[in-house]
Amino acid sequence: MGTMFARGLKRKSAEDGEDVEGGLAGTQATPSYSLQRQSLLDMSLVKLQLCHMLVEPNLCRSVLIANTVRQIQEEMTQDGTWRVVAPQAAGRAPLDRLVSTEILCRSVREQEGERPAPDVGDGRMPGLVPGLSAVPSAQALRSPQSSLWEVDSSRENRGGFQKSLDQIFETLESKTPGSVEELFSDVDSSYYDLDAVLTGMVGSTQSGHGSGLQAFTSAATPPPGSSCRSDLGELDHAVEILVET
Amino acid sequence: MAGAGGGGCPAGGNDLQWCFSQVKGAVDEDVAEADIISTVEFNYSGDLLATGDKGGRVVIFQREQENKSRPHSRGEYNVYSTFQSHEPEFDYLKSLEIEEKINKIRWLPQQNAAHFLLSTNDKTIKLWKISERDKRAEGYNLKDEDGRLRDPFRITALRVPILKPMDLMVEASPRRIFANAHTYHINSISVNSDHETYLSADDLRINLWHLEITDRSFNIVDIKPVNMEELTEVITAAEFHPHQCNVFVYSSSKGTIRLCDMRSSALCDRHAKFFEEPEDPSSRSFFSEIISSISDVKFSHSGRYMMTRDYLSVKVWDLNMESRPVETHQVHEYLRSKLCSLYENDCIFDKFECCWSGSDSAIMTGSYNNFFRMFDRTTRRDVTLEASRENSKPRASLKPRKVCTGGKRKKDEISVDSLDFNKKILHTAWHPAENIIAVAATNNLYIFQDKVN
Repeated sequence: MGTMFARGLKRKSAEDGEDVEGGLAGTQATPSYSLQRQSLLDMSLVKLQLCHMLVEPNLCRSVLIANTVRQIQEEMTQDGTWRVVAPQAAGRAPLDRLVSTEILCRSVREQEGERPAPDVGDGRMPGLVPGLSAVPSAQALRSPQSSLWEVDSSRENRGGFQKSLDQIFETLESKTPGSVEELFSDVDSSYYDLDAVLTGMVGSTQSGHGSGLQAFTSAATPPPGSSCRSDLGELDHAVEILVET
Repeated sequence: MAGAGGGGCPAGGNDLQWCFSQVKGAVDEDVAEADIISTVEFNYSGDLLATGDKGGRVVIFQREQENKSRPHSRGEYNVYSTFQSHEPEFDYLKSLEIEEKINKIRWLPQQNAAHFLLSTNDKTIKLWKISERDKRAEGYNLKDEDGRLRDPFRITALRVPILKPMDLMVEASPRRIFANAHTYHINSISVNSDHETYLSADDLRINLWHLEITDRSFNIVDIKPVNMEELTEVITAAEFHPHQCNVFVYSSSKGTIRLCDMRSSALCDRHAKFFEEPEDPSSRSFFSEIISSISDVKFSHSGRYMMTRDYLSVKVWDLNMESRPVETHQVHEYLRSKLCSLYENDCIFDKFECCWSGSDSAIMTGSYNNFFRMFDRTTRRDVTLEASRENSKPRASLKPRKVCTGGKRKKDEISVDSLDFNKKILHTAWHPAENIIAVAATNNLYIFQDKVN
């Protein structure tokens, strides 16, 4: 008895939606339920981003949060409230390249000083931007990031959220190239993958994404272009370290 | 040293009157992070009680022999040995720190005068030998009393060194270091009943070790998917069966328990038994999976049952019945309506442990506000008690506590909204034979025992 969805949420909001009874499927229409669900989704995404601390984050917690996000997405897809925004290939490339290099070099570089916070005002790709906080100065970037994730953010930002989640789920569903693992065969790179995935960083092999994202996947496989030479240099450095130890 | 109320099969829970015995740790309001206790474990006889903390230290307490002149105070636990088990490390390849926090301590059965225990942090397991020295050799030929080497040409006579008594010194030395076998964070270690092997479990893998061999371990469970994007479930705890050395169980973040038999194959990815309670569709919410995640699994001493702890309840399973538990005990059901807040402040991810009494007749687990819960399986009664400095008078009885869930709050009840979620009791231990319990409340260790008749 009682509203089993409302039971899981804050009491004061639950009272608003108290007229909604029965299965989850029956609650889709109410605006307060959608708001609660969106709020939960936003909170979960923030939690996933904040995983990047000095110490390796708790994998169990990350998996449970990611599963919660997936559940919400599934329900929103059934509702028809899930909107997939088409990626804007051209605009994404510069940021992507920055990020993909960062992921590759993370293992190799010493912790750097603070990076200047990127311009996030346009709300275009918040999913990518928080990934930069994965790198050393999580604290420095956290405050500009957290303003992104406010529940009462603008419609534009919400579109951005949809897109970032979409990226996460695309990568969750698609296969990663296993070639990164070949290079780091002595080291289990799987934690990288999950880390990258949870921030929506890992490039999928699907077409339609900018060339920048391809740079990540192709750095491990023989790179077609010269854009990845610097990445390879970093990888060589990493291999050197492995060999010496 | 059996003591007045010991031996036999003591009942637990409500039939006993629990009394305060001792509290260890600083009284300060400001708690240093390093002092937070992260594991508590009695040894096989119950004479030794080990704690590990976030600072990587192990403190072992020893029970004093009963004092005839003070028959009412049963043997107290006093510090026996303190040592730094693990140090913080830095993984240069991943640019990440490896915490020195002691996740688990497990004692080995005693085989000689020395005591052995395994302690582990996220990545490395260490076997420690704790031995006593109460004699010292004097009268060496080649060195002075202060240890300086004597000039051999000056020695004109030979003497036999003699052993002289000295103040008791307890030394802890690392005898084995089991490293580099876990990519993910170790959550469990369990000594096998063969006393030769043990298992260590991380989020995705379980390894089997021989206590003598540190450069090799066998991987017996691997649930890592080929593509990490497909990861939806992790291992949360694992334990060997207390009597059958080929059997172990592991629990998952999806609320399932798998029992594996090492005789069936080298890699136990296929379980022999699968325990899962069907979900109650009427209580389904977005938090259902998270609260079903099992934080601890413990076999009963008899080996016939096992107990699992999830966020809101403790369940007892009969190993012969996989379809559902035989008992379910609600720990703090009043939190069910607060799950969103608890998700927000991360409390929903707290990993509570649970333990059996020596006779398996009672079980205990922790909660918030420094409350802990005890369930008597025979009388079916339960009680909520509190570990606090206010109730710290010697031999003072603990008064049962009650949480008010709504409506009028009675006197002495505490309302759900007043609970302190920073005061969580995650680690508790029950003496293997007597009714003595150790409860870790942040940086303090409380010891309670039943009233001596």
